[in-house]
Amino acid sequence: MARTRARGPARRRPSSYHGALPVYSGPFKAEQAERLLWRAGFGPRPGQAEQLAKHGMSGAVRSLTRPASRALAGPPPRLQNGEPLAPYDVWGNDVLWWLDRMVRTSAPLIERMTLTWHDWFATSNEGVDSQRLMIAQNQTQRSLCLGSFPSMLTAMTIDPAMLVWLSGAGSTKEAPNENYAREMQELFTLGAGNGYNEIDVREHARALTGWTNRWNQATGQVEDFHFDPVLHDNGVKVIYGHRGRFGWRDSLRLVLSNPDHPKHFVTKLWSYFSEEPLSRKDTRSAEAIYVSSGKRILPVVEAMLMHPLVHAGPRMVKPPIVQIAGMLRGIGRYIDTDAWVWESTLAGQTPFYPPNVGGWEAERWLNTGTWLARFNLAAQMIGQQRVAKLAAGATTNKEPETVDPKALAKQAIAFWGGPTLSKASRGALASYAKAAAVDSATASWEREQYPTLALNALRALVVATPDYQTC
Amino acid sequence: MSPSPIHPQQSCSCEGFTRAEMLRRGAAQAGRGLPAIEPGMPIPAGTGLSRRGFLLASAGLALSVYGAGRLLDPAAFEEGIARAAENPDQPILVSVYLQGGIDAMSVLYPAGDPLYTKYRPVLALPEDAGPVFSEDPRLHWHPQAAPLAQLHEEGKMSVLPAVGYTDPDQSHFTSRHYWEVGATQADLLTGWMGRYLDLAGSPDNPLQGLCLDEALQPALATARMPVAAIDTPSSYSFYAQGVWGPPQAIMYDYFDTLGRLGAGSGDPALEQSGKAALMSSTLRKQLLPFQPASGEKPALPSSYPSASDAFPTRMAGIAQLLGAGLPLRCVSISTESVFDTHDNQVASLGTGLGEAAQTLYAFQRDLEARGLADRVLTLVWSEFGRRPQENASGGTDHGAAGCGFVMGTRAAGRMIGEWPGLATGLDSLGNVVATSDFRGLYCSLLEQWLGHEAGPIVPGASGFARMQVVQ
Repeated sequence: MARTRARGPARRRPSSYHGALPVYSGPFKAEQAERLLWRAGFGPRPGQAEQLAKHGMSGAVRSLTRPASRALAGPPPRLQNGEPLAPYDVWGNDVLWWLDRMVRTSAPLIERMTLTWHDWFATSNEGVDSQRLMIAQNQTQRSLCLGSFPSMLTAMTIDPAMLVWLSGAGSTKEAPNENYAREMQELFTLGAGNGYNEIDVREHARALTGWTNRWNQATGQVEDFHFDPVLHDNGVKVIYGHRGRFGWRDSLRLVLSNPDHPKHFVTKLWSYFSEEPLSRKDTRSAEAIYVSSGKRILPVVEAMLMHPLVHAGPRMVKPPIVQIAGMLRGIGRYIDTDAWVWESTLAGQTPFYPPNVGGWEAERWLNTGTWLARFNLAAQMIGQQRVAKLAAGATTNKEPETVDPKALAKQAIAFWGGPTLSKASRGALASYAKAAAVDSATASWEREQYPTLALNALRALVVATPDYQTC
Repeated sequence: MSPSPIHPQQSCSCEGFTRAEMLRRGAAQAGRGLPAIEPGMPIPAGTGLSRRGFLLASAGLALSVYGAGRLLDPAAFEEGIARAAENPDQPILVSVYLQGGIDAMSVLYPAGDPLYTKYRPVLALPEDAGPVFSEDPRLHWHPQAAPLAQLHEEGKMSVLPAVGYTDPDQSHFTSRHYWEVGATQADLLTGWMGRYLDLAGSPDNPLQGLCLDEALQPALATARMPVAAIDTPSSYSFYAQGVWGPPQAIMYDYFDTLGRLGAGSGDPALEQSGKAALMSSTLRKQLLPFQPASGEKPALPSSYPSASDAFPTRMAGIAQLLGAGLPLRCVSISTESVFDTHDNQVASLGTGLGEAAQTLYAFQRDLEARGLADRVLTLVWSEFGRRPQENASGGTDHGAAGCGFVMGTRAAGRMIGEWPGLATGLDSLGNVVATSDFRGLYCSLLEQWLGHEAGPIVPGASGFARMQVVQ
């Protein structure tokens, strides 16, 4: 979702790390808890923000970073025909399998961090062509999501889906493939052009040779991913000025100890939680937390989530899949259709199908195409079951019972679980309600029916507000 | 970066095309499946008008453009026609991006270079496989590029056999970024065409910079002027459950109300959302004539290849929009085929190249048939070429200079730069050295085609040699 592309200034070798990140000390009410749940999860269920606010800011953050339970709550996912999912085998069911976790999880940050790592080590089934391998990678990312980054990098380097995606499998001493070596430095650990050059790319590629797999003609599956020393280049390499007969573990060790790595790590991680970059000082402090913890993810995430900019800084556009999961949570709906697969694509983010190895580009979440998709999402969410219907015979309507514009707007907001909207947005919705339900209705049947139509339109317009699309 | 198929005899892009097509079909079916008319609706149920027709009829704007059932908003349409009519000879530039760094040494393969088979023992094409490039008989066109050879013979295709820049970067992201922003600067935030529109465009016409894609392409990114992205011209319709009549028409008006709230908020994310709403609203009005009546599928001229991805349809859509007189100036589009052929290049390159070449050919013929050919110049580019030395996966890794094309009846039709040869034309890393600079190409297109000085648009413009691009 975010990418660090800035070319760093002069190389800097930190001699010592110290300091801590500032901690938010302003009010922590339902509104702040709601934002935290969107940034560190997939939005609140009705009433959840009020509950979370009772813990206070740091208690709320810790309840997310150290969840008491990872259980999935609510009915298991099914397709529109009532069938259960077949995540490994049926197209799109992999996406639904994960979306279901986002909707039902008791540990939203775990799923959100899994999404972060999916974006960070962006692997697409477009190139892997195995939902089984993609889900296996996803499970690995979930299990390591708040653990140590070196463990994560190690697991990703030899992850079968990654080995397929970035050509690690089949890269041999005769012909080392530079694909993984390049992206490992450019996107995963250092940032473009930071602390490495083209020669380092080639030398890392040599060190990483030796991974291979077999293709099972009977099943049509790739399998048996393993390291074959015969295919490994055992020669001397020079990486960042170090000489040695480096292997793949050395390659990871060297890139993780590259002095440009901590800054890239904290800068990139922070970009998932805030639009506004960390100050130089805070970046140094975050690096200190990262390095002194032994390159663990949890303490850095925990400190970042308590930072004032997360709670009181500028807003962020909700990633499309986060908004989809959050809408479902808000209206208490569970996975009961595969419509969300293509809806997510139209909105610009289909899990397991990032556009390329750089992941999704957050600055492109909203444009005329994805804005259209977000609007039309509301219709799909509401569906036939939830739409406010005109009473048969057009006598009186069940819904709404009021024609008061402000009350109509309030009802439409409550439909989505009561998201916080600005006063200006609430005013605009009420002014729509007046124009559509009252002013434009002259005939008696219009006065009876337009409030229902207006309530339906208001629900769609809530989703169209800039407040709802951001958090 | 990307998709490395390791399944024998299988190209990853085929999978991708299949999936993308499934998505589009799913979306179309769901669109048809949504109810057109609510039960209890007093008028005009059963009159046979489409939903789109009803919407506009309710606003008193029922006008047919292409035939019964297709309706338009005359205010927006007339405005667009009027703007174009004020300047009927307004030049149009279409930028076509071949994703992933296409292998120039396959598109125009140096069969006459004695080192060719040495560098390409597996991938080399036989000398008689494709037509000779008449301006340099050392080079042959890939058999799948034959439609381009035909246009070249007609004098409608300028070929740049080795276009690039000094100090080439082999990262997809960085090199593509350079091409998009028109400079080898990592920190430029506007595209080169976007900066042109900022200086020469208008503040109320998002169609002046139109991207046929799910998201805006960076080459069109502006600082001030509006631009637009659209998936395909026929798919831009908003839907809300249970809303029709005046409440629906007023709902569309509130896109602008809500958009202005965000756009004027001072918060970057709210502004992004608000601007997306405003542009979507404007685009909706401009594209109303292109909404097919329900159940109808817009016809594609038969000359376009029937590919499984959206590229041919989108190219046909550009000709259609231009044919309707809409005020397009700069258009940006990517192939859906990815040419990042690290593995199994024979299978993965041919299909995508064939589709791209046939589509470009059909687009050119379409423009000629519509009498628009003298107004449109099409630039075809990729972020880099690939390394002459093939790898052991039956593929090629990232290289430096690649191929580019300028297509059109007004194109100069003569080679720009030259093929430097494998004996002396490689740099120290074994990559092809550029014999023309893309920034010089942009300067020349700006000055000779768009009639705008290059200085304020391309940084360091005075330092780049101009080339004759227009006859």
